[in-house]
Amino acid sequence: MTAAPPYPQKRTCPYQPPEGYAAVEEQGPVLKVTLFDGREAWMITGFQEAREILTHPNLSSQRTHPNFPIVAPRFRSGIARNLALIAMDPPVHDTYRRFLNPHFSLRSARTMRKDIEEVVKGYVDDILDQGPPADLIPALAVPLPSLIICKHLGVPYADHDFFQEASGRVMLGTEEDSVAGGQALVDYLDRLTHDQIANPTDGLLGTLVRERVQTGEMNHDELVSIALVLLIAAHETTSSSLALGLITLLEHPDQWARLQADISGLPRAIEEILRYVATTDLVATRVAKGDIEIGGHTIKAGEGVLVSGTIANRDEANHADPHTFDIGRPDTHHLTFGFGIHQCLGQNLARLQIEIALEALITRIPTLRLAKPVSELPILGSGTVQRVLSLPVEW
Amino acid sequence: MKITLDRDRCISAGRCAYAAPTVFDQDDDGVVVLLDTDPGEDVAHLVEEAQYLCPAMAITTA
Ligand code: HEM
Ligand code: SF4
Repeated sequence: MTAAPPYPQKRTCPYQPPEGYAAVEEQGPVLKVTLFDGREAWMITGFQEAREILTHPNLSSQRTHPNFPIVAPRFRSGIARNLALIAMDPPVHDTYRRFLNPHFSLRSARTMRKDIEEVVKGYVDDILDQGPPADLIPALAVPLPSLIICKHLGVPYADHDFFQEASGRVMLGTEEDSVAGGQALVDYLDRLTHDQIANPTDGLLGTLVRERVQTGEMNHDELVSIALVLLIAAHETTSSSLALGLITLLEHPDQWARLQADISGLPRAIEEILRYVATTDLVATRVAKGDIEIGGHTIKAGEGVLVSGTIANRDEANHADPHTFDIGRPDTHHLTFGFGIHQCLGQNLARLQIEIALEALITRIPTLRLAKPVSELPILGSGTVQRVLSLPVEW
Repeated sequence: MKITLDRDRCISAGRCAYAAPTVFDQDDDGVVVLLDTDPGEDVAHLVEEAQYLCPAMAITTA
């Protein structure tokens, strides 16, 4: 029996799998990996196997389970373990999800198009005014999703910087930072929720007060936990997908040129970006609550289960030429938003922001290029959201 | 092509309305609704794509 390879591993290129994942893939589609704390967990690397297991009724997201796999030190925090929706199983999960679904459907995301276009226009105006050069992380990728989710929730813009900093610490900081950042957010959201319950405004929080709090279906603390998960889940992921997607396009000038010639291919190109960059290296962390037969293995009740987006999105059994970035490929299916009942609530909003931002850059700054080789971009994150800390460009 | 929806399973991901906009939509609760109860062969591949993309396995076709 081969030793269980380590997972997650750090990328050396922001949009390519780390070299060590070849050994993980080789033992797939179902294998055991070793986590940072020395414990083992099952890992699913096959695309079809991932779809199968993520819809299996014996899979649980309950992070308070003693055997729940901890994939990085920061996930030990109470906040990470008790996240609304993400760390819940049915029936509670489904109740929460139904409260939120109306406000994240394709149609409701599309009502935000104008808002997003206006915000993006402002950022790109500033980039053009002040550059070249520019760093697109602070100038676009970080502030955009944070501002959009703040607007959607009804959080005052004046508190935006605070949010950006604190939600980043929760997901990407050390264990200590994560606890402190999370606590700061909970305290703030607690106050904001009090205000909204007393005096609901137009945003999502105010709407949920009218639809669910005033009807007695939800209380103050539950509303706080929803606001918290929306911020945590929306910010880093969207920011990073936009940044890594742009880097990938700039590294493939032929594909950039294709979009310049025909921007109508952009929505499809975004699916290929999501597949290829796999921002969420791990798309799911679970524990089995009953035995699961998968790919010729039996996962026993109480064992941890992980799904690798990075590897499954490039499964040779599913995608032809999986390591080629091709915005015109017929099969752009991916697991970057997960699969099953926990599939990303905010995916329509995320796609729209990435689309509007990339369209603005492609059409308004056609000569855009990286100002540094991609190998010199500072990379952060392994195991969850993949990030770069700066994205210097010229034109 | 006959389509059956399990509206209780739907998690409002909207993949169906995205893939086959003439066949699927989402109501005010975000739940899938059928716009076309008997879609023609011309959109059959889009309906199949919607069924494949649906994360909640709420769509079945016959
Ligand atoms: C490109 C950007 C994004 C990516 C790659 C992404 C990825 C994911 C993934 C992989 C999951 C599944 C987690 C699991 O199964 O355990 C998820 C769930 C979730 N996402 Fe996203 N996300 C993105 C943007 C957003 C945005 C913009 C929002 C909110 C506005 C959001 C809110 C959520 C929520 C609430 C869940 C939990 C859903 C549930 O458990 O039912 N995400 N996301
Ligand atoms: S794709 Fe499935 S879960 Fe999503 S809206 Fe359509 S039926 Fe519902």
